Amino acid sequence: MTCDDAEIMLHALLDGELDASHAREVEGHVESCPRCKAALADYRKMHEAMANAELRYTAPPALRQRIEAALPQPKIKPSRRSLLQGFAMGSAISAIAATGLVAIVLRDDDRQRIESELVSAHLRSLQAGHLTDVVSTDQHTVKPWFNGKLDVSPPVIDLTAQGFTLIGGRLDYVDARAIGAVVYRRRQHVINLFVAQTANTERRPARTDTLQGFNIRSWSNRGLNYWAISDIGADELAEFSEKFEAAANANKEG
Amino acid sequence: MMVANDDPEKARRFRDAALPYLDDVYTLARYLLRDAADAEDAVQECYLRALKHFDSYRGPAMKPWLFAILRNVCRAEFARRAASMTTPIEDASGAEEQTPLWHEEQATPEGEVLRERDAGAIRRMVDALAEPFKETLVLREINNLSYREIAEAVGAPVGTVMSRLARARAMLRSAWLAEQEQSR
Repeated sequence: MTCDDAEIMLHALLDGELDASHAREVEGHVESCPRCKAALADYRKMHEAMANAELRYTAPPALRQRIEAALPQPKIKPSRRSLLQGFAMGSAISAIAATGLVAIVLRDDDRQRIESELVSAHLRSLQAGHLTDVVSTDQHTVKPWFNGKLDVSPPVIDLTAQGFTLIGGRLDYVDARAIGAVVYRRRQHVINLFVAQTANTERRPARTDTLQGFNIRSWSNRGLNYWAISDIGADELAEFSEKFEAAANANKEG
Repeated sequence: MMVANDDPEKARRFRDAALPYLDDVYTLARYLLRDAADAEDAVQECYLRALKHFDSYRGPAMKPWLFAILRNVCRAEFARRAASMTTPIEDASGAEEQTPLWHEEQATPEGEVLRERDAGAIRRMVDALAEPFKETLVLREINNLSYREIAEAVGAPVGTVMSRLARARAMLRSAWLAEQEQSR
C-alpha cells in the first residue's frame, strides 16, 4: 500500500469501515510509515475530541411546536375546531393554538365553557392531595418546576408580603390542554392562578365573572392569559390581580 | 403551507419516524447555513417536504433521507442568498476538489502534537471548512452517519465521500495545528 492510498484508507480504518483483511493492510502500512502514523494519531485525537465536545445543536422548542402544528391533528372535536377558527388570525397563529396552548377566548360562549372548566379544575384542586404537585413557598423552587412541563413559563411571584401566600404549583388540564396553575392562600382560602399562552400579546384589562359561587378574575398581559379563581370576595380577588400585575411589572422593569 | 386535511394516521407514523431526528437535522442546518433563523426555516421546510413525500418513502434509514431533503432546501437558500447579494457565498464548491490532498500536509509543522480544544474552538474550525468537505465531516463526526449513509444523503458514490472526508480531516488538522501555533 502506498501513502496515497493510505491517506484515504486510514480514515476508513479510523471509522471502522474496513473489513479485517483491509484493516490489517492499512495497519501494516501505518506501522512502517512515520508520516501516516502521525497523521492517523492526529485524526484519532480529532475524532475523539469531536465525539466528546458538545458540537450538536438542540432544536428550539418553538421550532418543534411549529412542525408538530403543521401535522394533521388527530380527532379534533367540532366545537374545538370552531373555537380555533374563531380565534385564528392566520395559519401561524392557529398552528400555535393547535399545538397545546389554550387559545385566547374571543366569544362569550367559549369564555363560559373555559371558565366552567376552570371552576371544575379549581374544585378538583381542593380535594385532598390534589392542590399542588410542587409544594413550596419559594418562587425560585416553584418556577423551575414548570420547566419542560409546559410550553410557557408561568410567572411565579411571591406575594406573601402583600397578604397572599405562595404555596406551590400544579399542572392541570383545561380545554384538553396542559395548563399551569400557581397556588396561593389567603387566610383559609385557596386561589388558583391559571396561566396559559395566548397569541395575542396586547394587554387586556381584568374583568371579574362569577360562576357557581366562585369569582373568576381574568386578564391578559405579555402574551399570557391569566385566570385567578377563588371563593374570596370579588374585591379581594381584584386586589390579588392588581398586586400580581404590579409585582410582575416591577420584575420586568427592575 | 398546512397539510390540514391529510390522514392523521399517516401524520402519527411520520411524527414517530421523523421527529426523533429533529436535533440531528437542525444541527446539520446550523452548520450548513451558519445562521440560527435560516436554519429554523430550513428545518421546518424540510419536515413539510418530508411529510409530503412520506408516502413514497421506502427506507431504509430515515436520517439520511431527511438530510437529503434538508440539503435541497439549503441549496435553495444558498441560491436566494446569492441572488440577494447581501451574503456572498465564499466558496464555489468543485474547485476545492481539484486541489491535491498533500497541500495541507505541507503546512503541518514538524513534531507538533494536537492538543485538546473546547467545543467553541472546534465549531469555529469546522464552520470555516469549505463545502462540500464541511458537510461530509459534520455528517460523519457530528451526525454519526456511516459512509454508506453519507453517500445516500449527499447523493454521491462512497468513493467520493471517502476522498471528501480525507480532505476535510486534513484541512481540519492543519487549521487545528495552525490555531494552536498562534495561541502559543
